Amino acid sequence: MTDMKQKSSTAPVPDLVAPTKGRRRRVPALLVILAGAAIVLALTYTLPPFRNYQLATVGAYLCVTAGLTILTGLNGQLSLGHGALMATGAYTLALAQNKWLNLPLSFLLAIVVTTAVGVVIGLAAARLRGPYLAGLTLAVAIVVPSVTSTFDETFNSDQGLSVVLDPPPGTIPMERWQAWLCWAGALVTVSLLVLLVRGRFGRDMRAVRDDETAAKLAGINVARTQVLAFVVSAACAGLSGALFAFLAQSVSPGAFPLTLSLFLVMAIVIGGLGSLVGSLLGALLLVVLPTLSQSIAEQTGSHRLEGNLALVVFGVVLIVVMLAAPGGIASIRFNRFWANTVRRNR
Amino acid sequence: MKRTVATALAVVLLATAAGCSDDGGGGSSGSADVPGVTDTEVTVGTHMPLTGPAAAGYSKISPATKAYFDFVNANGGVHGRKITYKVKDDGYNPANTQTVVRELVLQDKVFAILNGLGTPTHTGVLDFLKTNRVPDLFVASGSRSWNQPDKYPGTFGFNPDYTVEGKILGTYVKEQQAGKKVCVLGQDDDFGRDFLAGVEKVVGPVAAKQTYVTSNPNVGPQMGALKAAGCQVVMLATVPGFTALSIGTAAKIAFKPQFVVSNVGADPTTVGKALGAAAPLMEGVVASNYLPLTTDEANPWIQLYKKVNAEYNGNAEFDNNVVYGMSVAYLFVQSLQAAGKDLTRDGIIAAVKKNGFQGPGLVPMRFSDTDHSGYGGAQLTKVEGGKAVFFGTPYTTDDKDAPVAPHTAQAVTPPQNGVPAA
Repeated sequence: MTDMKQKSSTAPVPDLVAPTKGRRRRVPALLVILAGAAIVLALTYTLPPFRNYQLATVGAYLCVTAGLTILTGLNGQLSLGHGALMATGAYTLALAQNKWLNLPLSFLLAIVVTTAVGVVIGLAAARLRGPYLAGLTLAVAIVVPSVTSTFDETFNSDQGLSVVLDPPPGTIPMERWQAWLCWAGALVTVSLLVLLVRGRFGRDMRAVRDDETAAKLAGINVARTQVLAFVVSAACAGLSGALFAFLAQSVSPGAFPLTLSLFLVMAIVIGGLGSLVGSLLGALLLVVLPTLSQSIAEQTGSHRLEGNLALVVFGVVLIVVMLAAPGGIASIRFNRFWANTVRRNR
Repeated sequence: MKRTVATALAVVLLATAAGCSDDGGGGSSGSADVPGVTDTEVTVGTHMPLTGPAAAGYSKISPATKAYFDFVNANGGVHGRKITYKVKDDGYNPANTQTVVRELVLQDKVFAILNGLGTPTHTGVLDFLKTNRVPDLFVASGSRSWNQPDKYPGTFGFNPDYTVEGKILGTYVKEQQAGKKVCVLGQDDDFGRDFLAGVEKVVGPVAAKQTYVTSNPNVGPQMGALKAAGCQVVMLATVPGFTALSIGTAAKIAFKPQFVVSNVGADPTTVGKALGAAAPLMEGVVASNYLPLTTDEANPWIQLYKKVNAEYNGNAEFDNNVVYGMSVAYLFVQSLQAAGKDLTRDGIIAAVKKNGFQGPGLVPMRFSDTDHSGYGGAQLTKVEGGKAVFFGTPYTTDDKDAPVAPHTAQAVTPPQNGVPAA
């Protein structure tokens, strides 16, 4: 057991987890967020509509991958059920929106309800370790379709619900509006998470991940830290799910299958566990890789492969990245790479 | 070294991502700047379950449609334009449908969406297609949602809707199985609900009703309940896989009612394949159909389709899905012909509304200003010797209170060269 712990603590960890040297100064979070907002705004005016829609999807994914990477990377709890938490947010948004047609209220409700669900699962999760926790969250992910068919009056079974939306304000094109909302959500989420993990709570989480006994001896409330970490990441997943419902204008169990939960975990591992930059890369991959495999399938003319090819591509990328950079893409130090190249060429 | 490899990989990934994002403009310079239309080409797109739970059978539809378009293209196309058919896989997942339809409309700039398959999948893109004024032609589903001309002026159905089917099959049950206990097993969505509504309109309240969801491939409890209720006729609003499952499960518990099945899930080839060695259980199953039967070698439409299938579809196994796909393609070519040389989005919608299409269907299409639903009826089939055969006459009705009336007009034959003329 201690072996495993030591192993995980010696794995290369990217900047947000443990800033390597004093030389790597922290950029103020607000500055990063403002820069991010400016980039997204510029992109929404330059990209064609479909790319804007994909950009919006990346933003929606970023909410959940950011929350999940904190939970798994910093607190050491593995969740295979975040797809179900997204479904909770999505269904809440759909039900609220169809009832009151008030988008801010619906988003708020989606986050509140998912947070409440997160508290319940988080309390159970804090009592479980490793594979048992994975099993519990896996069960949550699997149960979604049964819930929608058992309460089919409310959730309309496999067919799901459509989401009534007002047209975007003014003359803003729909896709630009979607990109703005999704990235507003993503940037708020990321900035709150940055504040959280750079403060005392972040240190507590890392302490709990690395050695629970030592953390306890140091006066950290282990259970509380774990529950809180789960609740925070659940709230992020709820917002993400709500954004997906808003993007797709419909919710159904088919949109939140078990593979989604697995893809999320894969994405943060490939991106770089515990790093918010890694979660951004992961969110990007979740959008790029399926598109890529689709165009490969189209070029080779084998339509039947399409849906399955995404899995293969994801798997191959996972293996290659893990072999080349065990800490994920975010752990690659480009400056060191350039320095090496320059030295070699001299 | 490790770093170098990793960095190279990251660069490749980013380059691909960037490469994907600069081909947005690709489109047309047509006469009147209509998306997807040039002087020599018209591009249409669709979303289909090529993978996932609904792929069985349904994944054969779009290759068949494409094959017929290739055949038409080889014969000079329509008004000098070749038809390009872009098929995107959505895996029957509404979230994917959103993405692929946006890709087709916003990036590939298709002229229209043709035959998008699935009630839950297609429901999610209705508003998007309406906002972008994209013709949404001949949706592959019998939901009544496609028939809302006021709300969705550009959307048109193809299948007879499930209520119409329920009424026609209900009439058969009422007349031919009089006095028997009638029960319904339906999919837990518009399909099952609309079908049940149609059945009950004709036979009155049924003795027992059960539902299933595709995510749970077990109908044991449902068939058990129907057996316990003493059902003698079981009407199925099921997709092919669940038709097989229901018939197989009933046989296992020694429950032998008369099965009456919606055309959606009644293709003997697909269901027989799912049943495997138990395929003879299908003997005597009654279903409905509105297109020529694959086994009817003497039918000129089947002869045409078989020829196209051999030449342009790699001689795929010839089942109802192939006939369906080609019939959709035929109707679309008719619509293009009717829309004329100056092809516009409004033009094709007006042409479809004007209707007057005669094609492979056994009953007429119903398109008009106020009706956007597809075929207006069906004829009954019975499985005999492993093959479905028609009996009686075709019937027409609507989804409201119109009576189920026999349709006596003679079926038309395909044009000499197989391509509809203007």
